Amino acid sequence: MITFTDVYKRYTNQYEALSGLSFELAKGEMAFLTGHSGAGKSTLLKLIALIERASHGQVLVNDQNLMRLPQGKIPYYRRQIGLVFQDHNLLHDRTVFDNVALPLVIAGENHREIGRRVRAALDKVGLLNKERNLPIALSGGEQQRVGIARAVVNRPPILLADEPTGNLDPDLSRDIMHLFEQFNQVGVTVFIATHDLELIKTLPYRQVVLHKGRLAKQGEQSR
Amino acid sequence: MINLNIKNYLLRHIQVMLFTLGRIWRQPLASLMTFMVIGIALALPASLYVLLKNIEQVSTQWDDVAQISLFLKQNTSDTQAQQLVSELKAWPEITAVSYQSASQSLEEFRQLSGLGSLLDTLPANPLPGVVIVKPDSTDLQPDAIGHLLSRLEVLPDVEQAQLDMEWLQRLRSINETGQRGISILGLLLSLSVLLVIGNTIRLAILNQQSEIRVIKLVGGTNTFIRRPFLYTGFWYGLLGGLVAWLTLLFTMSLINGPINELASQYNSQFTLVWLSGSMMLILPFTGMLLGVMGAWLAVGRHLSAIEPT
Repeated sequence: MITFTDVYKRYTNQYEALSGLSFELAKGEMAFLTGHSGAGKSTLLKLIALIERASHGQVLVNDQNLMRLPQGKIPYYRRQIGLVFQDHNLLHDRTVFDNVALPLVIAGENHREIGRRVRAALDKVGLLNKERNLPIALSGGEQQRVGIARAVVNRPPILLADEPTGNLDPDLSRDIMHLFEQFNQVGVTVFIATHDLELIKTLPYRQVVLHKGRLAKQGEQSR
Repeated sequence: MINLNIKNYLLRHIQVMLFTLGRIWRQPLASLMTFMVIGIALALPASLYVLLKNIEQVSTQWDDVAQISLFLKQNTSDTQAQQLVSELKAWPEITAVSYQSASQSLEEFRQLSGLGSLLDTLPANPLPGVVIVKPDSTDLQPDAIGHLLSRLEVLPDVEQAQLDMEWLQRLRSINETGQRGISILGLLLSLSVLLVIGNTIRLAILNQQSEIRVIKLVGGTNTFIRRPFLYTGFWYGLLGGLVAWLTLLFTMSLINGPINELASQYNSQFTLVWLSGSMMLILPFTGMLLGVMGAWLAVGRHLSAIEPT
Protein backbone atom coordinates (compact mmCIF):
# COMPACT_ATOMS: atom_id res chain seq x y z
CA MET A 1 0.00 0.00 0.00
CA ILE A 2 2.84 2.36 0.92
CA THR A 3 6.30 1.81 -0.56
CA PHE A 4 9.35 4.00 0.06
CA THR A 5 12.38 3.30 -2.13
CA ASP A 6 15.65 5.07 -1.29
CA VAL A 7 13.87 8.25 -0.24
CA TYR A 8 15.76 11.39 0.73
CA LYS A 9 14.29 14.61 2.06
CA ARG A 10 16.58 17.59 2.25
CA TYR A 11 15.55 21.04 3.36
CA THR A 12 17.02 24.15 1.85
CA ASN A 13 19.35 24.67 4.79
CA GLN A 14 21.14 21.42 3.95
CA TYR A 15 19.43 19.65 6.81
CA GLU A 16 18.65 16.09 5.78
CA ALA A 17 15.46 14.87 7.46
CA LEU A 18 15.36 11.49 5.71
CA SER A 19 18.24 9.68 4.08
CA GLY A 20 18.01 6.59 1.91
CA LEU A 21 14.82 5.35 3.47
CA SER A 22 13.20 2.19 2.10
CA PHE A 23 10.34 0.31 3.63
CA GLU A 24 6.97 -1.12 2.73
CA LEU A 25 3.58 -1.25 4.34
CA ALA A 26 1.21 -3.93 3.09
CA LYS A 27 -2.42 -3.31 2.27
CA GLY A 28 -4.51 -3.72 5.39
CA GLU A 29 -1.49 -3.62 7.68
CA MET A 30 -1.29 -1.66 10.92
CA ALA A 31 2.13 -0.40 11.98
CA PHE A 32 3.77 2.11 14.31
CA LEU A 33 6.39 4.62 13.32
CA THR A 34 8.74 5.38 16.20
CA GLY A 35 12.01 7.11 16.89
CA HIS A 36 13.45 9.98 18.88
CA SER A 37 12.23 13.54 18.35
CA GLY A 38 13.62 14.86 15.10
CA ALA A 39 14.22 11.38 13.72
CA GLY A 40 12.00 12.22 10.75
CA LYS A 41 8.66 10.69 11.76
CA SER A 42 6.59 13.75 10.87
CA THR A 43 8.55 14.30 7.67
CA LEU A 44 7.81 10.75 6.60
CA LEU A 45 4.08 11.18 7.19
CA LYS A 46 4.16 14.51 5.34
CA LEU A 47 5.66 12.80 2.32
CA ILE A 48 2.82 10.26 2.32
CA ALA A 49 0.18 12.99 2.67
CA LEU A 50 1.99 15.04 0.01
CA ILE A 51 2.31 17.98 2.35
CA GLU A 52 5.90 17.82 1.22
CA ARG A 53 7.63 16.11 -1.64
CA ALA A 54 10.70 13.90 -1.41
CA SER A 55 13.97 15.34 -2.69
CA HIS A 56 14.98 12.02 -4.16
CA GLY A 57 13.69 8.47 -4.36
CA GLN A 58 10.29 6.98 -5.01
CA VAL A 59 7.15 7.04 -2.90
CA LEU A 60 4.31 4.80 -4.04
CA VAL A 61 0.97 5.04 -2.28
CA ASN A 62 -2.04 3.01 -3.33
CA ASP A 63 -0.36 2.38 -6.71
CA GLN A 64 0.26 6.09 -7.34
CA ASN A 65 3.76 7.45 -7.83
CA LEU A 66 3.72 10.58 -5.69
CA MET A 67 6.75 12.05 -7.43
CA ARG A 68 4.74 12.26 -10.64
CA LEU A 69 1.45 13.49 -9.17
CA PRO A 70 0.73 17.03 -10.44
CA GLN A 71 -0.07 19.77 -7.95
CA GLY A 72 -3.69 20.06 -9.09
CA LYS A 73 -4.36 16.38 -8.35
CA ILE A 74 -3.18 16.60 -4.73
CA PRO A 75 -6.62 17.40 -3.23
CA TYR A 76 -8.14 14.32 -4.87
CA TYR A 77 -5.19 12.18 -3.77
CA ARG A 78 -5.56 13.36 -0.17
CA ARG A 79 -9.15 12.18 -0.09
CA GLN A 80 -7.78 8.62 -0.03
CA ILE A 81 -5.93 9.31 3.19
CA GLY A 82 -7.43 9.96 6.57
CA LEU A 83 -5.18 12.23 8.63
CA VAL A 84 -5.18 12.41 12.43
CA PHE A 85 -3.08 15.03 14.17
CA GLN A 86 -1.75 15.49 17.67
CA ASP A 87 -3.50 18.86 17.99
CA HIS A 88 -6.66 17.61 16.24
CA ASN A 89 -6.81 20.47 13.69
CA LEU A 90 -10.54 20.99 14.21
CA LEU A 91 -12.40 24.08 13.06
CA HIS A 92 -13.42 25.81 16.25
CA ASP A 93 -16.26 27.88 14.86
CA ARG A 94 -18.15 24.83 13.58
CA THR A 95 -20.02 22.10 15.38
CA VAL A 96 -18.74 18.56 15.81
CA PHE A 97 -21.14 17.47 13.07
CA ASP A 98 -19.86 20.10 10.62
CA ASN A 99 -16.25 19.24 11.40
CA VAL A 100 -16.78 15.57 10.68
CA ALA A 101 -18.86 16.38 7.60
CA LEU A 102 -16.11 18.53 6.04
CA PRO A 103 -14.46 15.82 3.87
CA LEU A 104 -17.88 14.78 2.55
CA VAL A 105 -18.92 18.37 1.83
CA ILE A 106 -15.64 18.87 -0.03
CA ALA A 107 -16.27 15.71 -2.03
CA GLY A 108 -19.73 17.02 -2.96
CA GLU A 109 -21.79 14.33 -1.27
CA ASN A 110 -25.49 14.97 -1.03
CA HIS A 111 -27.15 16.13 2.12
CA ARG A 112 -28.78 12.87 3.19
CA GLU A 113 -25.65 10.80 2.60
CA ILE A 114 -23.61 13.29 4.64
CA GLY A 115 -25.99 13.05 7.58
CA ARG A 116 -25.98 9.27 7.46
CA ARG A 117 -22.21 8.86 7.23
CA VAL A 118 -21.35 11.55 9.77
CA ARG A 119 -23.63 9.91 12.33
CA ALA A 120 -22.14 6.50 11.56
CA ALA A 121 -18.62 7.88 12.12
CA LEU A 122 -19.62 9.69 15.31
CA ASP A 123 -21.34 6.57 16.56
CA LYS A 124 -18.15 4.61 15.91
CA VAL A 125 -16.09 6.97 18.10
CA GLY A 126 -18.86 7.20 20.70
CA LEU A 127 -19.74 10.87 20.26
CA LEU A 128 -23.15 10.65 18.66
CA ASN A 129 -24.68 12.70 21.49
CA LYS A 130 -22.17 15.56 20.99
CA GLU A 131 -22.81 16.34 17.35
CA ARG A 132 -24.22 19.79 18.07
CA ASN A 133 -21.39 20.83 20.40
CA LEU A 134 -18.52 23.08 19.43
CA PRO A 135 -15.11 21.37 19.73
CA ILE A 136 -14.11 23.75 22.52
CA ALA A 137 -16.80 22.22 24.74
CA LEU A 138 -15.20 18.76 24.47
CA SER A 139 -12.35 17.20 26.43
CA GLY A 140 -8.99 16.51 24.77
CA GLY A 141 -9.79 12.84 24.28
CA GLU A 142 -13.17 13.68 22.77
CA GLN A 143 -11.64 16.22 20.42
CA GLN A 144 -9.18 13.60 19.26
CA ARG A 145 -12.06 11.23 18.58
CA VAL A 146 -13.78 13.94 16.53
CA GLY A 147 -10.54 14.20 14.56
CA ILE A 148 -10.57 10.45 14.00
CA ALA A 149 -14.22 10.48 12.95
CA ARG A 150 -13.38 13.18 10.40
CA ALA A 151 -10.43 11.12 9.13
CA VAL A 152 -12.53 8.01 8.51
CA VAL A 153 -15.86 9.53 7.48
CA ASN A 154 -15.20 9.19 3.75
CA ARG A 155 -13.84 5.65 4.25
CA PRO A 156 -10.26 6.20 3.06
CA PRO A 157 -8.11 3.07 2.45
CA ILE A 158 -5.25 4.61 4.44
CA LEU A 159 -5.26 6.19 7.89
CA LEU A 160 -2.23 8.19 9.03
CA ALA A 161 -1.85 9.49 12.56
CA ASP A 162 0.86 11.80 13.91
CA GLU A 163 1.21 11.41 17.70
CA PRO A 164 -2.53 10.93 18.16
CA THR A 165 -2.14 10.19 21.87
CA GLY A 166 0.52 12.81 22.54
CA ASN A 167 -1.66 14.89 24.83
CA LEU A 168 -3.73 12.12 26.41
CA ASP A 169 -3.42 10.10 29.61
CA PRO A 170 -2.72 6.33 29.36
CA ASP A 171 -6.35 5.20 29.63
CA LEU A 172 -7.56 7.55 26.92
CA SER A 173 -4.54 6.65 24.79
CA ARG A 174 -5.46 2.98 25.00
CA ASP A 175 -9.05 3.79 23.93
CA ILE A 176 -7.76 5.75 20.93
CA MET A 177 -5.42 2.92 19.90
CA HIS A 178 -8.29 0.51 20.22
CA LEU A 179 -10.28 2.68 17.81
CA PHE A 180 -7.46 2.51 15.27
CA GLU A 181 -7.40 -1.27 15.66
CA GLN A 182 -11.09 -1.42 14.87
CA PHE A 183 -10.60 0.50 11.62
CA ASN A 184 -7.69 -1.76 10.77
CA GLN A 185 -9.89 -4.79 11.32
CA VAL A 186 -12.25 -3.62 8.56
CA GLY A 187 -9.35 -3.39 6.10
CA VAL A 188 -7.93 0.11 6.52
CA THR A 189 -4.14 0.42 6.32
CA VAL A 190 -3.13 2.23 9.51
CA PHE A 191 0.22 3.93 10.13
CA ILE A 192 0.73 5.70 13.45
CA ALA A 193 3.71 7.86 14.42
CA THR A 194 4.15 7.79 18.18
CA HIS A 195 6.72 7.87 20.93
CA ASP A 196 4.43 6.23 23.45
CA LEU A 197 6.57 3.06 23.61
CA GLU A 198 4.95 1.86 26.84
CA LEU A 199 1.61 1.66 25.11
CA ILE A 200 2.64 0.11 21.80
CA LYS A 201 4.80 -2.63 23.24
CA THR A 202 1.58 -4.18 24.55
CA LEU A 203 0.16 -4.19 21.01
CA PRO A 204 0.98 -6.85 18.42
CA TYR A 205 1.93 -4.59 15.52
CA ARG A 206 5.11 -3.96 13.60
CA GLN A 207 7.29 -1.00 14.46
CA VAL A 208 9.17 1.02 11.89
CA VAL A 209 11.96 2.73 13.85
CA LEU A 210 13.77 5.80 12.54
CA HIS A 211 17.09 7.08 13.77
CA LYS A 212 18.44 10.36 12.43
CA GLY A 213 16.43 10.02 9.25
CA ARG A 214 17.46 6.44 8.54
CA LEU A 215 15.68 3.20 9.09
CA ALA A 216 17.01 1.78 12.37
CA LYS A 217 14.98 -1.38 12.36
CA GLN A 218 11.63 -2.68 11.33
CA GLY A 219 9.90 -5.63 12.92
CA GLU A 220 8.34 -8.52 11.13
CA GLN A 221 5.16 -7.79 9.26
CA SER A 222 2.37 -8.68 11.58
CA ARG A 223 0.24 -10.27 8.92
CA MET B 1 -28.11 11.30 -11.92
CA ILE B 2 -26.97 14.41 -13.76
CA ASN B 3 -30.01 16.23 -12.47
CA LEU B 4 -29.09 15.18 -8.98
CA ASN B 5 -25.55 16.48 -9.46
CA ILE B 6 -26.80 19.85 -10.64
CA LYS B 7 -29.16 19.96 -7.70
CA ASN B 8 -26.33 19.15 -5.32
CA TYR B 9 -24.15 21.77 -6.94
CA LEU B 10 -26.78 24.50 -6.66
CA LEU B 11 -27.59 23.44 -3.13
CA ARG B 12 -23.93 23.74 -2.17
CA HIS B 13 -23.75 27.23 -3.66
CA ILE B 14 -26.83 28.31 -1.77
CA GLN B 15 -25.35 26.85 1.41
CA VAL B 16 -22.10 28.77 0.90
CA MET B 17 -24.08 31.93 0.14
CA LEU B 18 -26.03 31.68 3.37
CA PHE B 19 -22.97 30.59 5.32
CA THR B 20 -20.96 33.62 4.23
CA LEU B 21 -23.90 35.94 4.87
CA GLY B 22 -24.09 34.48 8.36
CA ARG B 23 -20.40 35.14 8.86
CA ILE B 24 -20.82 38.77 7.79
CA TRP B 25 -23.83 39.07 10.08
CA ARG B 26 -21.83 37.85 13.07
CA GLN B 27 -19.43 40.80 12.70
CA PRO B 28 -22.01 43.54 12.36
CA LEU B 29 -19.82 46.55 13.14
CA ALA B 30 -16.85 45.71 10.95
CA SER B 31 -19.15 44.65 8.13
CA LEU B 32 -21.24 47.80 8.39
CA MET B 33 -18.14 49.94 8.10
CA THR B 34 -17.10 48.09 4.98
CA PHE B 35 -20.59 48.53 3.50
CA MET B 36 -20.45 52.25 4.28
CA VAL B 37 -17.08 52.71 2.59
CA ILE B 38 -18.26 50.88 -0.50
CA GLY B 39 -21.63 52.63 -0.42
CA ILE B 40 -20.19 56.12 -0.20
CA ALA B 41 -17.64 55.39 -2.91
CA LEU B 42 -20.45 54.28 -5.20
CA ALA B 43 -22.90 57.00 -4.15
CA LEU B 44 -20.50 59.82 -5.01
CA PRO B 45 -20.34 59.32 -8.79
CA ALA B 46 -24.02 58.34 -8.84
CA SER B 47 -25.10 61.56 -7.12
CA LEU B 48 -22.93 63.65 -9.45
CA TYR B 49 -24.60 61.87 -12.32
CA VAL B 50 -28.00 62.85 -10.94
CA LEU B 51 -26.82 66.45 -10.55
CA LEU B 52 -25.72 66.48 -14.16
CA LYS B 53 -29.02 65.01 -15.35
CA ASN B 54 -30.79 67.85 -13.57
CA ILE B 55 -28.58 70.52 -15.10
CA GLU B 56 -29.30 69.00 -18.50
CA GLN B 57 -33.00 69.22 -17.77
CA VAL B 58 -32.72 72.87 -16.81
CA SER B 59 -30.81 73.70 -19.96
CA THR B 60 -33.40 72.03 -22.19
CA GLN B 61 -36.09 74.14 -20.52
CA TRP B 62 -34.16 77.24 -21.52
CA ASP B 63 -33.67 76.15 -25.06
CA ASP B 64 -36.77 77.97 -26.36
CA VAL B 65 -35.45 81.32 -25.19
CA ALA B 66 -32.47 81.02 -27.47
CA GLN B 67 -32.47 83.71 -30.13
CA ILE B 68 -30.20 85.20 -32.75
CA SER B 69 -29.79 88.95 -33.19
CA LEU B 70 -28.94 90.16 -36.71
CA PHE B 71 -27.34 93.58 -36.58
CA LEU B 72 -28.02 95.25 -39.94
CA LYS B 73 -25.63 97.42 -41.88
CA GLN B 74 -25.86 101.15 -41.11
CA ASN B 75 -27.30 102.11 -44.49
CA THR B 76 -30.07 99.49 -44.54
CA SER B 77 -33.48 101.09 -44.96
CA ASP B 78 -36.62 100.04 -43.09
CA THR B 79 -38.15 98.61 -46.29
CA GLN B 80 -35.06 96.53 -46.95
CA ALA B 81 -35.26 95.31 -43.40
CA GLN B 82 -38.94 94.39 -43.70
CA GLN B 83 -38.11 92.51 -46.90
CA LEU B 84 -35.44 90.56 -45.05
CA VAL B 85 -37.93 89.73 -42.29
CA SER B 86 -40.49 88.27 -44.68
CA GLU B 87 -37.70 86.40 -46.47
CA LEU B 88 -36.47 84.85 -43.22
CA LYS B 89 -39.97 83.87 -42.15
CA ALA B 90 -39.98 81.39 -45.02
CA TRP B 91 -36.92 79.52 -43.68
CA PRO B 92 -37.99 76.17 -42.17
CA GLU B 93 -35.55 76.30 -39.24
CA ILE B 94 -36.86 79.67 -38.08
CA THR B 95 -40.09 79.97 -36.11
CA ALA B 96 -40.37 83.71 -35.56
CA VAL B 97 -38.78 86.91 -36.85
CA SER B 98 -39.22 90.47 -35.61
CA TYR B 99 -37.66 93.78 -36.57
CA GLN B 100 -36.47 96.60 -34.39
CA SER B 101 -35.45 99.71 -36.30
CA ALA B 102 -32.41 101.80 -35.46
CA SER B 103 -34.54 104.54 -33.88
CA GLN B 104 -36.45 101.99 -31.81
CA SER B 105 -33.13 100.60 -30.64
CA LEU B 106 -31.93 104.04 -29.66
CA GLU B 107 -35.15 104.67 -27.74
CA GLU B 108 -34.78 101.38 -25.90
CA PHE B 109 -31.16 102.13 -25.11
CA ARG B 110 -32.08 105.59 -23.85
CA GLN B 111 -34.59 104.10 -21.46
CA LEU B 112 -32.41 101.27 -20.23
CA SER B 113 -29.15 103.14 -19.92
CA GLY B 114 -30.53 106.34 -18.44
CA LEU B 115 -28.01 108.35 -20.47
CA GLY B 116 -30.96 110.42 -21.79
CA SER B 117 -29.90 113.84 -23.04
CA LEU B 118 -26.31 112.75 -23.47
CA LEU B 119 -27.41 110.66 -26.41
CA ASP B 120 -29.02 113.74 -28.01
CA THR B 121 -25.59 115.25 -28.41
CA LEU B 122 -24.61 112.51 -30.83
CA PRO B 123 -24.58 113.70 -34.45
CA ALA B 124 -26.27 110.53 -35.76
CA ASN B 125 -27.87 107.37 -34.38
CA PRO B 126 -24.95 104.99 -33.82
CA LEU B 127 -27.18 101.98 -33.32
CA PRO B 128 -28.06 99.62 -36.16
CA GLY B 129 -31.45 98.10 -36.90
CA VAL B 130 -31.85 94.64 -35.47
CA VAL B 131 -33.73 91.62 -36.79
CA ILE B 132 -34.43 89.09 -34.05
CA VAL B 133 -34.64 85.49 -35.19
CA LYS B 134 -36.05 82.65 -33.11
CA PRO B 135 -34.72 79.32 -34.26
CA ASP B 136 -36.90 76.21 -34.21
CA SER B 137 -36.21 74.80 -30.77
CA THR B 138 -36.97 71.22 -31.77
CA ASP B 139 -33.95 71.35 -34.05
CA LEU B 140 -31.61 72.96 -31.60
CA GLN B 141 -28.41 70.97 -31.73
CA PRO B 142 -25.34 73.14 -31.19
CA ASP B 143 -24.15 72.21 -34.68
CA ALA B 144 -27.44 73.15 -36.29
CA ILE B 145 -27.45 76.51 -34.56
CA GLY B 146 -23.90 77.21 -35.63
CA HIS B 147 -24.83 76.32 -39.18
CA LEU B 148 -27.85 78.62 -39.11
CA LEU B 149 -25.72 81.37 -37.63
CA SER B 150 -23.16 81.17 -40.40
CA ARG B 151 -25.88 81.24 -43.07
CA LEU B 152 -27.42 84.35 -41.52
CA GLU B 153 -24.07 86.05 -41.21
CA VAL B 154 -23.43 86.06 -44.95
CA LEU B 155 -26.75 87.73 -45.87
CA PRO B 156 -26.01 91.00 -47.71
CA ASP B 157 -27.80 93.32 -45.25
CA VAL B 158 -26.39 91.71 -42.14
CA GLU B 159 -23.37 93.24 -40.48
CA GLN B 160 -23.15 90.70 -37.67
CA ALA B 161 -25.18 87.75 -36.39
CA GLN B 162 -24.97 86.97 -32.72
CA LEU B 163 -26.35 84.04 -30.78
CA ASP B 164 -27.71 85.53 -27.59
CA MET B 165 -27.60 82.22 -25.81
CA GLU B 166 -24.01 81.37 -26.44
CA TRP B 167 -23.73 80.67 -22.74
CA LEU B 168 -26.20 77.86 -23.30
CA GLN B 169 -23.69 76.18 -25.56
CA ARG B 170 -21.04 76.77 -22.97
CA LEU B 171 -23.26 75.19 -20.35
CA ARG B 172 -23.60 72.21 -22.64
CA SER B 173 -19.86 71.97 -23.05
CA ILE B 174 -19.43 72.25 -19.31
CA ASN B 175 -22.00 69.53 -18.96
CA GLU B 176 -20.11 67.32 -21.36
CA THR B 177 -16.87 67.97 -19.53
CA GLY B 178 -18.65 67.18 -16.31
CA GLN B 179 -19.90 63.93 -17.72
CA ARG B 180 -16.41 62.90 -18.69
CA GLY B 181 -15.15 63.94 -15.27
CA ILE B 182 -17.80 61.84 -13.61
CA SER B 183 -16.86 58.86 -15.75
CA ILE B 184 -13.24 59.20 -14.63
CA LEU B 185 -14.26 59.75 -11.03
CA GLY B 186 -16.56 56.75 -11.24
CA LEU B 187 -13.75 54.64 -12.61
CA LEU B 188 -11.36 55.73 -9.87
CA LEU B 189 -13.91 55.16 -7.13
CA SER B 190 -14.78 51.77 -8.60
CA LEU B 191 -11.11 50.93 -8.39
CA SER B 192 -11.10 51.99 -4.75
CA VAL B 193 -14.14 49.77 -4.10
CA LEU B 194 -12.22 46.94 -5.74
CA LEU B 195 -9.27 47.58 -3.45
CA VAL B 196 -11.40 47.93 -0.33
CA ILE B 197 -13.11 44.62 -0.99
CA GLY B 198 -9.83 43.00 -1.99
CA ASN B 199 -8.27 44.12 1.25
CA THR B 200 -11.24 42.99 3.33
CA ILE B 201 -11.08 39.57 1.70
CA ARG B 202 -7.32 39.46 2.21
CA LEU B 203 -7.84 40.02 5.93
CA ALA B 204 -10.53 37.34 5.97
CA ILE B 205 -8.14 34.91 4.30
CA LEU B 206 -5.41 35.70 6.81
CA ASN B 207 -7.90 35.22 9.64
CA GLN B 208 -8.86 31.84 8.30
CA GLN B 209 -5.41 30.54 7.48
CA SER B 210 -5.67 27.60 9.83
CA GLU B 211 -9.09 26.73 8.47
CA ILE B 212 -7.82 26.88 4.90
CA ARG B 213 -4.95 24.57 5.87
CA VAL B 214 -7.33 22.06 7.41
CA ILE B 215 -9.55 22.11 4.34
CA LYS B 216 -6.52 21.53 2.13
CA LEU B 217 -5.45 18.63 4.35
CA VAL B 218 -8.76 16.84 4.00
CA GLY B 219 -8.70 17.21 0.23
CA GLY B 220 -10.35 20.57 -0.49
CA THR B 221 -9.59 21.95 -3.93
CA ASN B 222 -8.71 25.59 -4.52
CA THR B 223 -12.12 26.04 -6.13
CA PHE B 224 -13.79 24.83 -2.96
CA ILE B 225 -11.68 27.13 -0.79
CA ARG B 226 -12.15 30.09 -3.09
CA ARG B 227 -15.94 29.84 -3.19
CA PRO B 228 -16.84 31.25 0.25
CA PHE B 229 -14.49 34.19 -0.27
CA LEU B 230 -16.04 35.00 -3.62
CA TYR B 231 -19.46 34.93 -2.01
CA THR B 232 -18.20 37.15 0.80
CA GLY B 233 -17.08 39.63 -1.86
CA PHE B 234 -20.45 39.26 -3.53
CA TRP B 235 -22.28 40.17 -0.32
CA TYR B 236 -19.99 43.09 0.51
CA GLY B 237 -20.48 44.50 -2.98
CA LEU B 238 -24.22 43.94 -3.11
CA LEU B 239 -24.91 45.34 0.35
CA GLY B 240 -22.48 48.21 -0.27
CA GLY B 241 -24.43 48.96 -3.45
CA LEU B 242 -27.64 49.02 -1.45
CA VAL B 243 -26.05 51.46 1.01
CA ALA B 244 -25.13 53.67 -1.98
CA TRP B 245 -28.72 53.44 -3.18
CA LEU B 246 -30.08 54.46 0.22
CA THR B 247 -27.53 57.26 0.57
CA LEU B 248 -28.59 58.68 -2.76
CA LEU B 249 -32.27 58.37 -1.94
CA PHE B 250 -31.71 60.06 1.39
CA THR B 251 -29.69 63.01 0.06
CA MET B 252 -32.15 63.57 -2.77
CA SER B 253 -35.12 63.59 -0.44
CA LEU B 254 -33.21 66.12 1.66
CA ILE B 255 -32.69 68.57 -1.20
CA ASN B 256 -36.00 67.91 -2.93
CA GLY B 257 -37.93 70.37 -0.70
CA PRO B 258 -35.60 73.36 -1.07
CA ILE B 259 -35.25 72.73 -4.82
CA ASN B 260 -39.01 72.79 -5.32
CA GLU B 261 -39.25 76.03 -3.36
CA LEU B 262 -36.48 77.56 -5.42
CA ALA B 263 -38.15 76.42 -8.63
CA SER B 264 -41.50 77.88 -7.64
CA GLN B 265 -39.84 81.25 -6.96
CA TYR B 266 -38.55 81.22 -10.52
CA ASN B 267 -41.96 80.21 -11.83
CA SER B 268 -40.36 77.13 -13.27
CA GLN B 269 -41.94 73.69 -13.62
CA PHE B 270 -38.56 72.26 -12.68
CA THR B 271 -38.75 69.06 -10.65
CA LEU B 272 -35.81 67.07 -9.44
CA VAL B 273 -34.97 64.23 -11.79
CA TRP B 274 -34.27 61.05 -9.83
CA LEU B 275 -32.23 58.12 -10.95
CA SER B 276 -34.23 56.02 -13.35
CA GLY B 277 -35.23 52.50 -12.34
CA SER B 278 -32.49 50.89 -14.36
CA MET B 279 -29.88 53.20 -12.84
CA MET B 280 -31.12 52.18 -9.41
CA LEU B 281 -30.48 48.57 -10.36
CA ILE B 282 -27.06 49.37 -11.74
CA LEU B 283 -25.81 50.54 -8.33
CA PRO B 284 -26.18 47.24 -6.45
CA PHE B 285 -25.21 45.33 -9.58
CA THR B 286 -21.99 47.32 -10.00
CA GLY B 287 -21.25 46.79 -6.33
CA MET B 288 -21.80 43.07 -6.68
CA LEU B 289 -19.58 42.83 -9.73
CA LEU B 290 -16.79 44.82 -8.08
CA GLY B 291 -17.15 42.69 -4.96
CA VAL B 292 -16.68 39.41 -6.78
CA MET B 293 -13.79 40.84 -8.81
CA GLY B 294 -12.03 42.24 -5.75
CA ALA B 295 -12.44 38.94 -3.94
CA TRP B 296 -11.15 37.05 -6.95
CA LEU B 297 -8.02 39.19 -7.08
CA ALA B 298 -7.35 38.80 -3.37
CA VAL B 299 -7.99 35.06 -3.31
CA GLY B 300 -5.83 34.48 -6.36
CA ARG B 301 -2.93 36.25 -4.74
CA HIS B 302 -3.12 34.84 -1.25
CA LEU B 303 -4.63 31.38 -1.47
CA SER B 304 -1.72 29.60 -3.10
CA ALA B 305 0.59 30.95 -0.41
CA ILE B 306 -1.28 29.04 2.29
CA GLU B 307 -0.24 25.42 2.27
CA PRO B 308 -0.36 22.93 5.13
CA THR B 309 2.94 22.47 6.92
